[in-house]
Amino acid sequence: MEQNWVYTEKVKEHFMHPKNVLKDGEDFKSDGEGSVGNIKCGDQMHMYIKVDQDKQIITDCRWRTYGCASAIASTSVLSEMIKGMKLEKAMILSPKDIMKKLGSLPEHKIHCSVLGDKALRAAINNYYERNNMQDKIKKEEAKIVCQCMNVTDEEIAHAVLEGARSYYELQERTKLGTVCGQCREQAEKLLAEYIKKYFE
Amino acid sequence: MRKRQVYLDNNATTPLHPEVKKAMVKAMEAFGNPSSLHTFGREVAQLVAQARQEVAAFIGAKSDEVIFAGSGSEANNTVLNMVSCSSQHCCSFKKDGKTKIVTTKIEHPCVLESARCLRDRGVEVIFLDVDEQGKVNMTQFEKVVVPGVSIVSVMMANNEIGTIQDIKIMSQMAHKVGAFFHTDAVQAVGKIPVDVKDLNVDFLTLSGHKIYGPKGIAALYSKKGIPFCPFIRGGHQELGRRAGTENTLGIIGLGKAVAMRKKEMLSEGKRLLQFKNILKEGIIKKIQDIRFNGHPEDCLAGTLNVSFKGAEGEAILLYLDMEGIAVSTGSACASGSLDPSHVLLSTGISAELAHGSIRFSMGRLTTMAEIKYVLHVLPQVIDKVRKMSTAY
Repeated sequence: MEQNWVYTEKVKEHFMHPKNVLKDGEDFKSDGEGSVGNIKCGDQMHMYIKVDQDKQIITDCRWRTYGCASAIASTSVLSEMIKGMKLEKAMILSPKDIMKKLGSLPEHKIHCSVLGDKALRAAINNYYERNNMQDKIKKEEAKIVCQCMNVTDEEIAHAVLEGARSYYELQERTKLGTVCGQCREQAEKLLAEYIKKYFE
Repeated sequence: MRKRQVYLDNNATTPLHPEVKKAMVKAMEAFGNPSSLHTFGREVAQLVAQARQEVAAFIGAKSDEVIFAGSGSEANNTVLNMVSCSSQHCCSFKKDGKTKIVTTKIEHPCVLESARCLRDRGVEVIFLDVDEQGKVNMTQFEKVVVPGVSIVSVMMANNEIGTIQDIKIMSQMAHKVGAFFHTDAVQAVGKIPVDVKDLNVDFLTLSGHKIYGPKGIAALYSKKGIPFCPFIRGGHQELGRRAGTENTLGIIGLGKAVAMRKKEMLSEGKRLLQFKNILKEGIIKKIQDIRFNGHPEDCLAGTLNVSFKGAEGEAILLYLDMEGIAVSTGSACASGSLDPSHVLLSTGISAELAHGSIRFSMGRLTTMAEIKYVLHVLPQVIDKVRKMSTAY
């Protein structure tokens, strides 16, 4: 599995024939759109959603990505999952839910596939913004955990996705807790949380 | 019907040459330890000596100037590690009690990581810049290679972009200021003529599996009279320079691989250059917004590195793989790190173009029909990836 992940039927199907990609020149009038990532880092994702105003349900979606095979496959799966889904439910979809649908990806590939649900949340927030539903918006703001080295919870999540599994490995990757060390307890808590969120 | 398989990743590794395989299968019968004095040992020692002779002659060295190692990485580590040794024997690498080394930003990770480790041990390390075609900045070279430098290490041909450096000029300049010179020639030996006497280098690394030999075997040339400090200690093998019972099968395979290179290298180089030009012209004709990486002339004949704007390299690689074409990419996603190729970034191209780079490396089995097949498939793949892209 680990070596042949790209050939599992489901991944291969979505990679070879991605669903709901926004085509060139396609006139897709979205009710919300979001963009995350950055080409410099090698991955970027745009998500466009149509929403049934009364039912607060996603009726259709389109996406585009500058990303690798697992980004393509996982976002394609995600785009099928969210059609007909309540906004509230879509808002709390996690990479793990997508992985479950996709079968599985090797650990080192999971970090490539977290952009889809982030872009989706950005699109939903954008829909709320456009419709003056500010109270529903859930912004993902990074919080600083390690004050000395200026390391955020987002960076800790990233380090976990990149393979950090122990406090020591977290320190190696982020330099967190290498000055005063007061953030250790909080960092270890977040470490366990993110490992659970993404990998268990 | 079996899908077409086109292997264009020969800079990563090469298939065993049938003659090498034959020699190795035959050698499997001879199991003796070359260190043993009896007939079993002597029989194998003789085969190892022949292989050493073959490898040495191929690069213009003497037999006792070549030792075998477990990999190109080990050979490179051996050279760099010597520099920081503070035993009396190795002190000749120090100048006024200090050690300083000069290398480049586009070396293989085994050299870069070793150099960084040396820096942590207190050695002064300078990483030279390269220009946009991957050539070492010679103005900077002249400025930093001054008396006090212990060793200069520059790779002869780059694995990713194929750029070939002017090793002869650099080793001359290094020697002028009293520095030793090492070149990692893993990608060069067997593809272009390499003669250690002509280049006048003190150390040179070559590897078996890049030249249709087996994996797990490499050779390190070290010039007679130059100080040497073993990396792996505890045995008299390899002239006392690399302990451990010899990988006899690997050594015999490498010897045969080199012998075959001697016969095939030059005509193959001409053929591959022709293929590369056709591939390059075809890509220019069929695909827009591209950039070729590496030096247009001073480049390995079989290596073509090209960036596709707005298309991510790992996706391209895997779509090509689905069509039976094997290539590699400088994209971060394929490397397991967040950064794209350090080589491409060093040439000054944007991270986006580095993420969208594909390396085609041809070899002795590459055919014209395969190149045509690539030119048929590639434009469709790039189009597909770009149509999904946020950046095109």
